[in-house]
Amino acid sequence: MNFAEFISYGFVQRALISGVLVSLITAMLGVFLVLKRLSLIGDSLSHIALSGVAVGLILNVTPIFAALPIVMLSSLGIFKLSKNKKIYADSALGIVSSAGIALGLIIAALAGGFNTDLMGFLFGNILTVTPAETVLSVIIFAIVIACLYFFYNALIATVFDEHFAKTAGVDTDKINILLVLLSAVVVVLAVKTVGIMLVSALIIIPPTSALQIAKKFKSVLICACIFSVFATVGGVYLSFLFNLPPSALIIILNLIILCICGLIKYAKSGKIN
Amino acid sequence: MNISEIKNLSFSYTGQTVLKDINFKIAEGDYIALLGPNGSGKTTLIKLLLGLLPSQKGKINLFGNTLQKFHAWQNIGYLEQKTTTPRNMPMTAFAVVRLGLLSTKKGLKLFNKEDNKKTISLMKKLRCYSYKDKLFSELSGGQQQRVLLARTIINEPKFLILDEPSTALDSSSREEFFEIISTLNEEKKTTILLVTHDISQVGKYVNKFLVLDKQIIFYGSKEEFCDSKEVTSYFGPYTQHLIDHLHTEGTCPMPHCHSEEVK
Repeated sequence: MNFAEFISYGFVQRALISGVLVSLITAMLGVFLVLKRLSLIGDSLSHIALSGVAVGLILNVTPIFAALPIVMLSSLGIFKLSKNKKIYADSALGIVSSAGIALGLIIAALAGGFNTDLMGFLFGNILTVTPAETVLSVIIFAIVIACLYFFYNALIATVFDEHFAKTAGVDTDKINILLVLLSAVVVVLAVKTVGIMLVSALIIIPPTSALQIAKKFKSVLICACIFSVFATVGGVYLSFLFNLPPSALIIILNLIILCICGLIKYAKSGKIN
Repeated sequence: MNISEIKNLSFSYTGQTVLKDINFKIAEGDYIALLGPNGSGKTTLIKLLLGLLPSQKGKINLFGNTLQKFHAWQNIGYLEQKTTTPRNMPMTAFAVVRLGLLSTKKGLKLFNKEDNKKTISLMKKLRCYSYKDKLFSELSGGQQQRVLLARTIINEPKFLILDEPSTALDSSSREEFFEIISTLNEEKKTTILLVTHDISQVGKYVNKFLVLDKQIIFYGSKEEFCDSKEVTSYFGPYTQHLIDHLHTEGTCPMPHCHSEEVK
């Protein structure tokens, strides 16, 4: 099957639209999260998404719509916990992460009977994206892009040096809340693409690859987007050709790109940092 | 006009008193050296002054406003003891310096061509233009400090707060650094609060001393400092060392302020 024939299917078109938009926003947001050492927030929030999905399946509501408010509230919880200096940020992420899995499993066990659906969310299936979810992807993409554009320099200053940002008049609390809320929204959206187990890879790997080879902030953003989109489109196409899970292929392609970028950096500098 | 006023400020951390009943005013044009041994609360005081730490007790005013109502951050320049910048931050020296203009921006906070010109001009003046396209993380400690100084002063702040800014610099760069700061104080009447241990280098520039050890031991002019019994009786050999330096440098103006006399 050639690529033209491949994209003529409606479900493939939805998968590609949704996948490309999710890839773009996870990559862009991921750059800020990786540099701020908050990349594991994707992992924690995706585990919370498990509870949200379970609640959605019980209430017979579209799971990602049910997961959205739950994950957003949890992201604020992470912010509050990590702002409280008595708990380290990574500990706060770990606490929320395990709470999410535990609650999700309990809800699933209490309800019973939707294990197959839940498995679909654990490992994702981009080829089953519905028209409503595609529309949601477009809306969330527009919101994330608008936020990144309007708060671009404030975000950079906060990532660069939070104390400096504060004394430059940036409300760093608001910026950090914005960052965790956007992460929550993006994680919920990405759950359908690559699944709960692999969502943090979409946030971490493309920015890490880009940071190996690009020097300026904008170049890092652009490279991360290109890598992420390439891996997603490639992963979906290969899954169709070889009848393999698209989420796994998307991540494997991202890892291959990371290795190539690492080798390029090694070749340039003679060492891998 | 008072740039800042601090009243009855106290701060404790995990049950331990870090600052106790601090009261002082900073007037326009002051160049104050903030001295004190390690753990005396110097950095805590500065962080409280800038709202980087939540205040527990007391009042802090900046430019006539309480800290909560203060929004004129373009008047403030702050250079921290050490930067918390991520190791692999993809920013050139130029981008870092330009970021200093953020406080002058309203709304979208986007930079324009004028900002780029201003950045280039200052980088040339501070002799850091030659590495403007290098990654900040790849610069030497001294080069980074120069870039951060440029970032701190690019918005021409009225109040400059520097927390041990010269630690990463070699002696000649240090001299040049303090010359730049002093020029700002002399020519633009920039008010400066400088945390330092390097009394030998700044003694000739500053006009006030603030000596801190959890509480204010001394706050006054350089002349008063040299003649202060409170200072010598509190710190003993430490202050002796400071005054010796002032005397050696010829910056201690009181004829009777001689190290032998103090001894």
